[in-house]
Amino acid sequence: MGLNDPQWGKKNNGGPPDIEAVLRDINKKISALFGNKGGGTGDTGGGSSNKFNASIGLISLVVVLIWIASGFYIVDASQRGVVLRFGSFVETTQPGPRWHMPFPIESVEVVNISQVRTVEIGYRENVKNKILKESLMLTDDENIIDIQFAVQYFLKDPGEYLFNNRAPDENVRQAAETAIREIVGKNKMDFVLYEGREQVAAATTKLAQDILDRYKSGILLSKVTMQNAQPPEQVQAAFDDAVKAGQDRERQKNEGQAYANDVIPRAKGAAARLMQEAEGYRQRVIASAEGDASRFQQVLKEYEKAPAVTRERMYIDMMQQILTNTSKVMVDQKSGSNLLYLPLDKLIQSTAQSAPPSPETQAAGHTEQQAVPPVPMNEAAAVMPRAREELRGRNRESRQ
Amino acid sequence: MKTNYVNILIGAAAALILLSLSMFVVDQRQTVIVLQLGEMVKVKTAPGLYFKIPLIQNVRYFDSRILTFDSMEPERFITAEKKNVMVDSFVKWRIADVKQYYVSVGGDEIRAKTRLMQTVNSSMREEFGKRTINEVVSGEREKIMDTLRQKADLDARKIGVQVMDVRLKRVDFPTEISESVYRRMDAERKRVANGLRATGNAESEKIRADADRQREVTLADAYRDAQKIKGDGDAKSSAIYAAAFGRNSEFYAFYRSMDAYKQSFKSKSDVMVMDPSSAFFKYLKGSGKAGK
Repeated sequence: MGLNDPQWGKKNNGGPPDIEAVLRDINKKISALFGNKGGGTGDTGGGSSNKFNASIGLISLVVVLIWIASGFYIVDASQRGVVLRFGSFVETTQPGPRWHMPFPIESVEVVNISQVRTVEIGYRENVKNKILKESLMLTDDENIIDIQFAVQYFLKDPGEYLFNNRAPDENVRQAAETAIREIVGKNKMDFVLYEGREQVAAATTKLAQDILDRYKSGILLSKVTMQNAQPPEQVQAAFDDAVKAGQDRERQKNEGQAYANDVIPRAKGAAARLMQEAEGYRQRVIASAEGDASRFQQVLKEYEKAPAVTRERMYIDMMQQILTNTSKVMVDQKSGSNLLYLPLDKLIQSTAQSAPPSPETQAAGHTEQQAVPPVPMNEAAAVMPRAREELRGRNRESRQ
Repeated sequence: MKTNYVNILIGAAAALILLSLSMFVVDQRQTVIVLQLGEMVKVKTAPGLYFKIPLIQNVRYFDSRILTFDSMEPERFITAEKKNVMVDSFVKWRIADVKQYYVSVGGDEIRAKTRLMQTVNSSMREEFGKRTINEVVSGEREKIMDTLRQKADLDARKIGVQVMDVRLKRVDFPTEISESVYRRMDAERKRVANGLRATGNAESEKIRADADRQREVTLADAYRDAQKIKGDGDAKSSAIYAAAFGRNSEFYAFYRSMDAYKQSFKSKSDVMVMDPSSAFFKYLKGSGKAGK
């Protein structure tokens, strides 16, 4: 198997011993060369040349040692080493101190795999720092919306990551951008903006991951986080107003409900009052009927014993009661003149007003009037203090 | 002696140089063409260490990874309904046939990209021209991308390139159309807002009216029931009265009249104008005759 064989690098996976063997071989040949011409290490002849030889040997030894030592490297816990022999991928090394064959033969590329990397789309650093070119996109209903999101990812295969794509990190941005636009383009604006954010993020992750897998990029998306999904600034006010309108609607409904809650219980209360009043009325009417009936029956019983007398007595009782309580004017028509002036209206007036009680001047046979009716004292008494208080109140006001 | 060493050293150096000239490494990420005086002799796609004839043969390296061609500036296309859309896209491609690639574009990436861009653009123009905006944005996006990939791939094979993927990124309206889209969105939101407010109003009114109705019904029902109860009371009391008074209706009339007179005239403000000839004043005129 010649070195020229293209299979050389690949098949020789037990490489190190072979290479060492080759090196040893070369060393031996070189020393043989030196030994033949200038005497080897075993040859004690020729002091100066011997020293020269020794120093050359020492130097070449040190050089070889340094060369070999240059193959040491350390793989950090978060990293993986990718070892290439003559440009061909050999192995992925785990964390710890490692050694690869020195420079021209093997090389190593250390890749950080567990570090979470982030790509920001639609903004940089801060959500306010918008990149409109990236963030504005069309929805299915031909509306434009403004989306900012971040994609987090890490590497699942350092080999694929290194070897398959020229700009692997740029792939993530491209895949995420094309994926979100495809997903948003398939959905209605309201869905993307309000209820469907999570679904959009999930679908975007899946689609972008599919794309990245197709490129064998060795990248695994861990999360797509929506930073912001909103209508563009130009129409923000109208959207806010629509949200406000929704609130207004709720408010109006609540106000209506409040009105209902006020009116209906009141009506129920009024209804209950009506019922209670009616019940009261019924009982009152029946009770008074019973009372009246009972009273009448008792009187009747006595009346039947002596009808004429009782009748007369009752009549006179009644008349007495009436006449003591009312004002009266006696007019004797037969003895009176033809012209009789009777100022009834004045009479009524004077009785209505609280005229001072006058002595009962009565003259039979003449036009007499009694303008007396005394106002019940308690009524006057009730009026007077009120007036006095009003007066007092007024005085107080004027004083202040 | 020393010249010997020098000679040896020189010889070794020359050997090393010769060796380095006659060896080359193909990286995992590369493909290599070996040219012998301008003529292609070998293609090395597998990584590893190779030998060549120094000076006569030289090698050219090509990137074997997937490359991206990203159109940075959006291009304007016209859809089936004669609307303008701004589209940008990216193309993923790799060198599939290095020989072909080297022959047709001289291994120049920029030339390959230009060629690809032309192909993709023209097939994009064709595909967009067949479809409406909605189809482009939503319905047939994948189909378009697939068609574009197939067409681009077919053409790219001629220059030894494999097109892995063609993907649309932005499919947007030009700025001036965007403005009118915004205006439409604005109007649409206003419509929604007004609708919400109006329905809110209507619902509020409905609730109020319903409350008013309930109030009326409750009150009316209560009134009806109250009247029933009152009527019941009236009926019962009437029955009681009738039962009691019916026993002597003539006396009842008298008795009741007496009572009514008493109730009617009981205030000083009632003025009675009387004629002494009435029966009550019978004795006012004289003591009458006993035994008459």
